Amino acid sequence: MENNLQRSLAAAEGTVGVSAAAKIKMTARDARVFYGEKEALHGVNLDIRENEVLAFIGPSGCGKSTFLRCLNRMNDTIDGCRVTGKIELDGEDIYDRSLDVVLLRARVGMVFQKPNPFPKSIYDNIAYGPKLHGLASTRAELDEVVERSLIRAGLWDEVKDRLDQPGTGLSGGQQQRLCIARAVAVSPEVILMDEPCSALDPIATAKVEQLITELAENFTIVIVTHNMQQAARVSNRTAFFHLGDLVEVDDTTHIFTSPKDKRTEDYITGRFG
Amino acid sequence: MNTTNQTNLQDREAAWAKQRRVVEQSLARRHAAERRFRGLGLSGVIFGLAMVALLFVTILAKGLPAFWQATIPVEIYFDPQIIEVEQRPGLLPGESAAQLREREMAWQTQLTMSNWNRLIENALLEFVPEAADSRAELRRLVTSGERFRLRDMVVADPSLIGKRVRLDLLADANIDVWLKGNIDRDLPDNQQQLSAKLRQWADDLYARDVIRMSFSTALFANTDSRSSLASAGLAGALAGSLYMMLIVILLAVPVGVASAIYLQEFAPRNKFTDLIEVNINNLAAVPSIIFGLLGAAVFINWFKMPLSAPIVGGLVLSLMTLPTVIIATRSALQAIPPSIRQAALGIGASKMQTIFHHVLPLALPGILTGAIIGVAQAIGETAPLLLIGMSAFVAAVPATPFDQSTALPVQIYLWQGNELRNFFEARTSAAIIVLLSVMITLNAFAIWLRKRFEKRW
Ligand SMILES: Nc1ncnc2c1ncn2[C@@H]1O[C@H](COP(=O)(O)OP(=O)(O)OP(=O)(O)O)[C@@H](O)[C@H]1O
Ligand SMILES: [Mg+2]
Repeated sequence: MENNLQRSLAAAEGTVGVSAAAKIKMTARDARVFYGEKEALHGVNLDIRENEVLAFIGPSGCGKSTFLRCLNRMNDTIDGCRVTGKIELDGEDIYDRSLDVVLLRARVGMVFQKPNPFPKSIYDNIAYGPKLHGLASTRAELDEVVERSLIRAGLWDEVKDRLDQPGTGLSGGQQQRLCIARAVAVSPEVILMDEPCSALDPIATAKVEQLITELAENFTIVIVTHNMQQAARVSNRTAFFHLGDLVEVDDTTHIFTSPKDKRTEDYITGRFG
Repeated sequence: MNTTNQTNLQDREAAWAKQRRVVEQSLARRHAAERRFRGLGLSGVIFGLAMVALLFVTILAKGLPAFWQATIPVEIYFDPQIIEVEQRPGLLPGESAAQLREREMAWQTQLTMSNWNRLIENALLEFVPEAADSRAELRRLVTSGERFRLRDMVVADPSLIGKRVRLDLLADANIDVWLKGNIDRDLPDNQQQLSAKLRQWADDLYARDVIRMSFSTALFANTDSRSSLASAGLAGALAGSLYMMLIVILLAVPVGVASAIYLQEFAPRNKFTDLIEVNINNLAAVPSIIFGLLGAAVFINWFKMPLSAPIVGGLVLSLMTLPTVIIATRSALQAIPPSIRQAALGIGASKMQTIFHHVLPLALPGILTGAIIGVAQAIGETAPLLLIGMSAFVAAVPATPFDQSTALPVQIYLWQGNELRNFFEARTSAAIIVLLSVMITLNAFAIWLRKRFEKRW
């Protein structure tokens, strides 16, 4: 626990320095994904920097979720899905045989489009991950992790009196923040979010967006969104996908003001997609 | 300008009206179709319920009277002059265990030779003193097995000799049937099972409340009997069925659930697993008698297991139940939303942890329901048991699953075919009631489990 905390703190400090801002957390080189015979992603090259918020935008079916799932190997769970190319986390090939996928997913967490809390108590939802990885050995430590995670996810005040009640009994927005707290509880280095606000009302969305901004101090965040304003509000950089290609990636302000590619421009000005 | 607008509006309104008419017409048709469908469904349900109700009413009407049986409460005097027997042998100094057993056997034989019938006759004579010169006839009021019961009492407790004991003697099966009115009383004498004297006595004693209808403990405590029909009971069959149920629960359920988990969650999808899947589905449709043939060939001929034993029956029924359990478990696993698996995998649970921490607990109610329904099905199965010799007549309660035994459904089949129809028709229905009670209990248990473990997400 101690170690994780220090690591997070060190990472947070790192953002201040200019050189650290350019530090690369994950890289993808010629990443291709096949569903059966069909190639859904045609060779993506992308660097994800430490402590940045990187947004993926693009029309439906262009492969944003597919690429996101490559980053923590959730594609492994899909029948007939095959990934080629090289994807690295801190310079380590995550598709290497020697790498344990369980460890990878502890380091690269994920929040899904539809809130999916376990049908267990709020407390158990958060505590499950830390218990699984042995991050907390005593009940007191576990209590602390649960509290800290819920505070980070901005949910603590709303649920602190009913931690023993089922997580499925919360509202949609609360459930999504519970899922974020659950992901945060194992102190991952990278958090992947696939349209985390698509099922939420504007108020809950605003809460989650604020949360993302806060989390960016400690974590590297990759977020898929269909909402341009959201991408503009929360992200440092934005990547535009189109028909299985990564068309361009740049600082969010650049993408939205002076995109280099015609397709990007058409998309953000609402001409297609 | 204004007029064109006006006509436009009129046109539009006319078009709307027309459309509304069309929709209304089709609506009427749709509603009628829905009503027809509902009516059909409802009548189907009513028909089904009526059939079930009819079945239950007939079985209950026939079977319930069999739970009460003609009994004669008497006072038996264990007359020491009739029971001519020495002291029960004790261990003599310098005697081996085998020698003692030998003397014990001789003692029992001697005991068996005593005239137990005379004790019964003496007891009955108190109520019918005029029968002193037709003792043999009088004795026929009581079913023939009761004399062995008296002997067994003395074997168990020799100090009874010389004492008087109150006892309920079971009346003969024909007396029971006669008193319940299931024999035509107008039949001529030569066609009656009972002599005129006996019928007279029975009616007289019943009127004096000497013969009563009391709850038949024999039905549950005794095994099947061919010589003393009134004492035939279900104890052996019940024990055999319980043994088999236990074997099925211990064998088919864990093996079935484990294979289903493996097939559903771990097995790679390829030609081989497809083949297995098709085979399991086909196996579930194989007629049960085939499993009996298989059991006879494999377990009895090949592994030389005993004939008519619950262990073989249990194995055969386990094989038969396995596909049901596997299919039920797989569909229960399939029904768990994938989002739960993703959630667990996403925070770094291994596949095994995901399944055992999250998927299985959620699938448990479905798995348990499937398993219990499979077990209930196995309990009611008859055909395969006939082929492994479980229809043999067995007059003892099996002490272990390796002893000879029958089973409840087989007992029903055997009683159904007994020649003393008047008596066994009721007994058969009583046995059916017992079997149905076991099944209903199991199903109620399944429902309770389901409610208990069901969680919403
Ligand atoms: N499990 C799957 N099996 C087969 N094909 C798939 C599967 N998942 C995605 N695809 C295909 O891969 C392509 C990319 O899909 P993906 O889900 O990554 O799109 P997306 O950009 O996330 O779209 P959306 O914005 O609608 O979520 C699509 O053409 C889709 O049909
Ligand atoms: Mg998607």
